[in-house]
Amino acid sequence: MDERRNLEQVEAVYRTDSRRVLATLIRLLGDFELAEEALHEAFAAAAAQWPRDGVPKNPRAWLVSTGRFKAIDRLRRRSRRDASMAELARQLEAQSEPMTEPSDDGIADDRLQLIFICCHPALPPDAQMALTLREVCGLTTEEIARAFLVPAPTVAQRIVRAKAKIREARIPYRVPDLAELPDRLEGVLHVVYLMFNEGYLASSGASLTRHDLTGEAIRLGRLLVELLADPEAVGLLALMLLNDSRRAARASPQGEMVLLADQDRSLWDCEKIAQGAALVEKALASRSFGHYTLQAAIAAVHALAPKADSTDWAQIAGLYDLLMQAAPSPVVELNRAVAVAMRDGAEAGLAIIDAILARGDLQDYHLAHSARADLLRRLGRTAEARTAYSRALNLAQQEPERRFLTRRLDRLYSR
Amino acid sequence: MRYLCLVYVDDHAFDGMSERDNRRLTNESIDYDEELKKAGQLHLAAALQPVATAVTLRVRNGKLSTTDGPFAETKEHLGGFLLIEARDLNEAIQLASKVPMARLASLEVRPIMELEKTDPDA
Repeated sequence: MDERRNLEQVEAVYRTDSRRVLATLIRLLGDFELAEEALHEAFAAAAAQWPRDGVPKNPRAWLVSTGRFKAIDRLRRRSRRDASMAELARQLEAQSEPMTEPSDDGIADDRLQLIFICCHPALPPDAQMALTLREVCGLTTEEIARAFLVPAPTVAQRIVRAKAKIREARIPYRVPDLAELPDRLEGVLHVVYLMFNEGYLASSGASLTRHDLTGEAIRLGRLLVELLADPEAVGLLALMLLNDSRRAARASPQGEMVLLADQDRSLWDCEKIAQGAALVEKALASRSFGHYTLQAAIAAVHALAPKADSTDWAQIAGLYDLLMQAAPSPVVELNRAVAVAMRDGAEAGLAIIDAILARGDLQDYHLAHSARADLLRRLGRTAEARTAYSRALNLAQQEPERRFLTRRLDRLYSR
Repeated sequence: MRYLCLVYVDDHAFDGMSERDNRRLTNESIDYDEELKKAGQLHLAAALQPVATAVTLRVRNGKLSTTDGPFAETKEHLGGFLLIEARDLNEAIQLASKVPMARLASLEVRPIMELEKTDPDA
């Protein structure tokens, strides 16, 4: 009876702690593969010993030290064929107490270190995401492939190449110094945000959201906030929670896209909105916030409006002005145009969009044309609206978006 | 998940290899199989006799026909296989990369398809 309970506990510890044990082993052993093998052996040893001897007081520490000894053992065995392994085994054994946490500026979590390695700027973004999802979040290659709608061998290759690059370029296993932290953190936040968006606005394919990716991105966001008191990390988490709060309302039961203004707000997740709004306030209070916090603030204004027509568009337009200063881009300008149209009338918004397009920006971006079409429709310029919707439809790749645009077009023709 | 690692060997892979090195390679391969087995990551591994010993057969319209030799005449032949247990494709690749024959041969890693009986008319 006890034995079975103990075995179940091995499985429970695997689920909750295996990624943390892996992260620590990667730090101690300085090598992904060796650490993964050590993790496997440590859990195999636990499955053999815990049912018999009972679960140790600190299972994680037990697994780390067992894994470390197994790795040294394994290197010794290999040293019979490869002399360099013997030296490595000696070095590892000579290292001091393995459980002592590194004390770099108080940043002392191995998972954080692992995130920084996986999101290293020397790796391509798709490899950064795949590596983070596998090593930090514990997803399998096959799960990552399904989430990104790419073949598993493609993902496998990205991971193999990324690990080879980490080894060959000797990317250090450590959290960056405080001096380089802001730059590197920006890169990490970007990867987490890309991951979220990949799930939230799946760029092509049949399904509107891919929950596993958004869920993992939010989990990583929470971890970053827990480990690093950075206002933009807080802002990013808020942004993801606020966007995700609308998940149930973004698509009809038939899988059709529903615009923000038409969404059933009773389907919004109040819990996530409350968490997101509180985080926005916290980030804004820091006075050193950036574009994630501003985007989250905009999302919060939307989320806190009980009805679409009670939205505070003046505040949203004002936040977009700030966002244009913090992180100017044609897409932000486009969103600002929509807010200005709501505040000052469709004509004012249309003028901004036309200026963007006249400049040569966003000409192939379907949302620019659909926003323009919508404003033209509101102004009663039906023929021009049709042309713009058709242009948007030609550029849109995602099935629900295409169906939405087709419906809009049909409605204009049936008038 | 189970993965099959197919070891494809070039006809000339062993050309110029001394008898001693050949025996060493065999010992190393057996050692690695044992290491995998001990870690609970090996279901089955085997080396195959030379391709000249192969017979290919088919049954068509209830009639059995056989031909000498392998299914396809290629420069590289299936020389052995390992059926391994791994968490995912990357772990399978990692385990396969340590197969000593990987230094001489090409290893193809394929996930096993789980088959289930279903009603053919459903």
